[in-house]
Amino acid sequence: MPDGVGVVETKRAVVFEGDRPLTLASGATLPEVEVAYETYGELNADRSNAVFICHALSGDAHAAGLHEGDDPSRPGWWDNIVGPGRPLDTDRFFVISANVLGGCKGSTGPSSTDPSTGKPYGLRFPLVQVRDLVEVHRALLRELGIETLLAAVGGSLGGMQALQWAIDHPTEVGGAAIIAASARLSAQNIAFSAVAREAIMRDPDFAGGDYYGNDRRPDPGLALARMIGHITYLSEESMREKFGRRIQDAEVPRYGFDVDFQVESYLHYQGQSFVERFDANTYLYMGRTMDYFDPFEDPVRVQNQISQGETSFLVISFDSDWRFSTEHARVMASELRGAGAPVTFQEISSPHGHDSFLFADPPEYHRTVAGFLDRLAGQRGIGARA
Amino acid sequence: MRPDLDIVAGLVGSGQRVLDLGCGDGALLENLINEWDCSGLGVERELDDFHACIARGVPVTQGDLEDELPRFAAGDFDVAVLSLTLQAVRRPDRVLTEMKRVAPRLVVSLPNFAHWKLRATLALRGRMPVTDSLPHQWFDTPNIHLCTIGDFEDLARELGLKIDRRILIDASGHRTRGLASRAPNLLAERAVYSLMA
Repeated sequence: MPDGVGVVETKRAVVFEGDRPLTLASGATLPEVEVAYETYGELNADRSNAVFICHALSGDAHAAGLHEGDDPSRPGWWDNIVGPGRPLDTDRFFVISANVLGGCKGSTGPSSTDPSTGKPYGLRFPLVQVRDLVEVHRALLRELGIETLLAAVGGSLGGMQALQWAIDHPTEVGGAAIIAASARLSAQNIAFSAVAREAIMRDPDFAGGDYYGNDRRPDPGLALARMIGHITYLSEESMREKFGRRIQDAEVPRYGFDVDFQVESYLHYQGQSFVERFDANTYLYMGRTMDYFDPFEDPVRVQNQISQGETSFLVISFDSDWRFSTEHARVMASELRGAGAPVTFQEISSPHGHDSFLFADPPEYHRTVAGFLDRLAGQRGIGARA
Repeated sequence: MRPDLDIVAGLVGSGQRVLDLGCGDGALLENLINEWDCSGLGVERELDDFHACIARGVPVTQGDLEDELPRFAAGDFDVAVLSLTLQAVRRPDRVLTEMKRVAPRLVVSLPNFAHWKLRATLALRGRMPVTDSLPHQWFDTPNIHLCTIGDFEDLARELGLKIDRRILIDASGHRTRGLASRAPNLLAERAVYSLMA
């Protein structure tokens, strides 16, 4: 990706500490919160060109470009949408991507040290809501001297953050692009989440969440949780195309209980590689954050909030996404409209299931995101796409 | 903006919640939102038009209006607009019924297939007419349910829609003056209606 944002580094900022602890929506407090983040492009003079990327369950701050020494074929997780001339056009926008509160990629989370004990929080870390994730992002913006966003953009849990941000702080968000997300998990979503959680918590090495200093971590449990999750991220069609019923490394089946089909091998690989880069407790916390997400619980409040701002909403779903199907997006769009918000909605045909938001094809998807951002930019006198 | 859209905007009025079905590039809605203090939503199937709406900042749902209409709740809007689109839908009767469900007032414009030029072409040449209002050949036209002013008014009555106002317009979209109102079904190229549910 020679024409992307190039070499970048993850920075850190302490956004709550000392006499300014973070008070969560639940009332619990965190004495110190650090945020890992990256930025791409330049902030303009009137600070009007900031676009915030909110990441999904297993994402991190490294959305685009390469870290020093990285394999050039493995840029950040959303590199295809961020860069010069790309929809999140770094020639014109100042793009910020931060690891979420509760994460395990540099921001304060269950694997961070609890200052009151000197040990990792583990399950003593408070449950966090999407609103808390947003408040920490806002605190980071204050550090960066940014008061308003041109747009908040995110897929899945990231879309939930963009939605919550626009509801909670309508005057701070010009546009919210909410992709492959939901405003309320379905019983089926919560059921999958429950199985993933059980897989982790029943792992004998989970140790009640206090596994950080131990020789053994709940890797099999986390891998299993990821395998379950991954099934819900792909569509039946994409699995059929990728693997069909082909046998791994052989022409004929071996007939046994070991991994035999290619799809099994793939899922194992996904599970294994995930445990090397992710923390089981963060997986539990983020799963729960999504389970409890319900921003329209009080529709009157949402209406009052929306009426105070002029946020434009873009809601995108993908026809092969069965984790957050188009129905989720339609309900969200309808609830936003009911609250008086202007909402553009598109269901895009894509074979990639829930993961579609990470892909650059079909081109229609990026065309819509780019058009939405360009309109917001035009309104604020930010130049046109080169 | 096309002059006929000005007439439609006038019939919609100010401060309305508008649903524009088959909203095209969003020009009417942009005008209604910016000049008439309306809020609105467009429904548009064609991708280029959908993107034109995004560029104008007009809220729009991309999709087929006949699929999208049933998803709206009763009374979601004050006015439902169908501008030069009725003749292109699969079931005009169902579309009008659905419009009536989602909004108490409808603004509908249509080309009149009984205009004398069309009658003449059919009668004298024996060929399907091609005009400024209906520029397609019979084999590639999206207009699968052409009707006359008389036909439309019959259907409106049958569906319990009361004709509040009717404005006759010519092919260029301007108001027709003079004789046309005496025999609209023969002399008007298009008509715009405001109807009450």
